[in-house]
Amino acid sequence: MKNNQNKMPLYEALNNLKTQRIVPFDVPGHKHGKANPELTEFLGTKCMEMDVNSMKPLDNLCHPVSVIKEAQELAADAFNAAHAFFMVGGTTSSVQAMIFSSVKENEKIIMPRNVHRSAINALVLIGAIPVYVNPDSNERLGISLGMSLDSIKKTIEENKDAKAVLINNPTYYGICSNIKEITELAHKYGMKVLVDEAHGTHFYFNDNLPMTAMEAGADMAAVSMHKSGGSLTQSSILLLGKNVNADYVRQIINLTQTTSGSYLLLSSLDMSRKILYTEGKEIFERVIYLAKYARDEINEIGDYYAYGSELINHDSVYDFDITKLSINTFDVGLAGIEVYDLLRDEYDIQIEFGDIGNILAYISVGDRERDIERLVGALSEIRRMYKKEKKDLFKHEYISPIVKVSPKEAFYAEKILLPLDETVGKISSEFIMCYPPGIPVVAPGEMITDEILNYVKYAKKKGCQILGTQDLNVDYVNVMK
Amino acid sequence: MELWFSERHTPDVKFSIKVDKQLYSSQSDYQRIDVFDSKEFGRFLTLDGYMMLTEKDEFIYHEMMVHVPMAVHMNAKNILVIGAGDGGVIRELTRYNTIENIDMIEIDEEVVKVCKEYLPKTSCKLDDERVHISYQDGLKYVRNCENMYDLIIVDSTDPFGPGEGLFTKEFYGNCYKALKEDGIIVNQHESPFYKEDALAMQRAHKRIVSSFDISKVYQAHIPTYPSGHWLFGFSSKKYHPTNDFDGEKWDKLGIKTKYYNTRLHKGAFALPNYVEELLRDVE
Repeated sequence: MKNNQNKMPLYEALNNLKTQRIVPFDVPGHKHGKANPELTEFLGTKCMEMDVNSMKPLDNLCHPVSVIKEAQELAADAFNAAHAFFMVGGTTSSVQAMIFSSVKENEKIIMPRNVHRSAINALVLIGAIPVYVNPDSNERLGISLGMSLDSIKKTIEENKDAKAVLINNPTYYGICSNIKEITELAHKYGMKVLVDEAHGTHFYFNDNLPMTAMEAGADMAAVSMHKSGGSLTQSSILLLGKNVNADYVRQIINLTQTTSGSYLLLSSLDMSRKILYTEGKEIFERVIYLAKYARDEINEIGDYYAYGSELINHDSVYDFDITKLSINTFDVGLAGIEVYDLLRDEYDIQIEFGDIGNILAYISVGDRERDIERLVGALSEIRRMYKKEKKDLFKHEYISPIVKVSPKEAFYAEKILLPLDETVGKISSEFIMCYPPGIPVVAPGEMITDEILNYVKYAKKKGCQILGTQDLNVDYVNVMK
Repeated sequence: MELWFSERHTPDVKFSIKVDKQLYSSQSDYQRIDVFDSKEFGRFLTLDGYMMLTEKDEFIYHEMMVHVPMAVHMNAKNILVIGAGDGGVIRELTRYNTIENIDMIEIDEEVVKVCKEYLPKTSCKLDDERVHISYQDGLKYVRNCENMYDLIIVDSTDPFGPGEGLFTKEFYGNCYKALKEDGIIVNQHESPFYKEDALAMQRAHKRIVSSFDISKVYQAHIPTYPSGHWLFGFSSKKYHPTNDFDGEKWDKLGIKTKYYNTRLHKGAFALPNYVEELLRDVE
C-alpha cells in the first residue's frame, strides 16, 4: 500500500521547529533574517525563518534517517520508483550522479549527441568515453528528434562493452523516444539505462502523457521538479529503479553535493510532490487544454507552425508531449531567436527560448487564458509587422560530431587559443553552445568544421546567446595543440 | 449605524463614500461584483473593490468616451465597444441615428446581468436593435477582425486584473488592423496624478503611440476616480482630434449633453505641463 501522500514530513518538521522558538547559535549567520534586515525585507520574514541548517529534528541530506528519508520515500512512491533522492544542485547534479554511478574512466556510455551540457560535463570529469547515436532530424522544423530503435540497436551491437545508455526523454521540444524498447534492448546487453527526464516530471501524473522512465523499467531518471513540477529553481529529484544500489548512489552524490542543502529547496520538493500526487491529474489536464488551445489558435494565424502529435512516426518521434508549445517560425521569415527577442522587447512577453527556427513557450497551470491570448495576439502582430522573405534563413540544426578524443582528454590537454576563423580542422578543447537549449554545437574532443563555424556565426548574428568557451565573446576558441 | 465603502487610491490615500445599503454582491468567474446605494452619489458599481461608476458622475466619463470621437468622425457607422458592461457607452452611442451597428465585447456576462437589473440609468440601451453583445476576451475578438470598424471604444477596467490585456501593444496593434483606413480608437487612459497610476498611464501611452500615426490624450474631471483627474486616449489613422473637427456640424445634430460641448472638446486636449512631460517622456 502507498504511504499517505497527503503527508509532507519536511514541511511539518519545519513548522514544528518554528513553534519551538529555538534560539539559533548555529549557521546560517543571518539568524532567521535578523542579521540582514534588507534581505529579509526583500525576501520576506517567512522565507528567512525557514532558511535553516541541518539539525536533529530536520534530518541531514547527506545521511537521511528521519524526515528527509520519509519525504524521499513518499516521493519514490509518488513516482513509482524504488528510491528517490532530493537534489539541490539542479537537474545537472542529478544527471551527473547518474553518470558517475554507472561508468568509470575509459568506460563507454551510449548517448544521443543532442544531450544537455550537464551530461558531457560529467564525462569531462569522470573520463568516460561517449559513443554518440545520431538522432534523426526533422528537415522542415530543423530540430533533432529522438533516437530510432534501429540506430540504437546498431550502436549497442557495435559497442557491446558499453556500460550504460543515456536517453534524453522528452527533448526540450517535447519529442519522445521509444524508451521501453530501448531499455529492454540495453538491459539484454547488460547496460544500465539512464534517462534525462528533465522535461518530463509531469508524465508521472497524467495518463494522457507519454511513458515515464520508471514505467519503462529504466535504472535511473533525473526529473526537474522545478520545471513542470512546481518546486523552486535548482531543486530536482533523482529516481532509481529496483536494480540499483541506492547506498552506492548516495555515496556518489555526496562526492560533489553540498553539505548545507537548502531547506527552502527541500521543502519545496516535498510540498510539490504532494500537490502533484493529489492534484496532478487535473493540473495537467488543464495544461494540456491550454497548450492545445494555444496551438490551434497559433496555427490559425498562418505561417507559424505549432507542432503536436501529428509528428509521431512510431520511431524517432515515438510520442509527443502535448503540454509543450513549440512553434516553428521559419515561414514567417524570422529566426526563432528573433521572435523571442521581439516578444520580450516589444510585447513584454518572456518565453522559454528561441533557437534558429523555433520558439518554445512554457505552459503551466499558473497560466491564465488571458495570458495565452496575449501570446497569440503578439505572435499575430509580429507576423503582421515583421514578416520577411525566408530566403536568408538557415535551417540546419543538427551537426554530426567528428569525435577525435574523449571529452576529458581534450579538456585537460595542452591547448592553444585561436581566433574562431582559424580553428577549422582543429580539435576543440572547449564547449560551444547556444543557451538555451544548452545542447553543445561542439564538445571537447570534437573537430571544428566549416559547417560548425557557419552555424556559430549565424546563431551569433541572429542574437543567440553563445557560451561555453573561456572567451566570453566566443571570438577565440581553445583547441588542442 | 455607519457603513462606508472605501477604496485605496494609493497605499496612503483612501476615498470613502457613506453607503446607505448594499444591494448586490457576488464573485463571477473573473471578478467580485458589488452594487451599493448611497445618498451622495446614488447607486454605484464596484469591481474587485474598485469604483467603476456612480449614478451621479458617470455622465462625465461616458460622454467624453463617445462624443469626442463621434464629433471628429461623423460618418462612423460600424462601432466596436470593448468592455463597457454597464452600458453607459452604448447609451451615448445610440443617440446617433447615423450609427448602423454596435458590436460590444464584454468578458464578464455577470456584469451585464447585474447592471441590467440594478443600474437601469446606464444599461437602458443595451437592448437597442443595433447592439450585438458577445461575451469573450476582447484581445481574442479583435485579433480576428480586419478593416471592419470606424470606431473602437475601449472601456476597460484598470490594467491590473481582467482588463490587463487591453493595455498591451498586441491589443493596440490588433485594433489598428481591425480599424478602417480612417478609423479611430478611444481608450480609458488612467490618471496622471498618483505615481503608480501615472506609470500605468505612461506604459499604455508608450504602447499606443508605437501603434498609431496620431495619438493624442485628453482629460476630464471625474470626482470618484483616483485624484479626480482622468485621461482618455484618442488614436487614429487619419483624423486629428482638433484639426479635423467641425464643432458647428456636431452642434447641428442637436444632441443634448450634460458635460460635453464643442468648446470643451478643444480644451480637453490642452493638458497641464506635468502631464505633457509624462507623455513626452515615452513618446
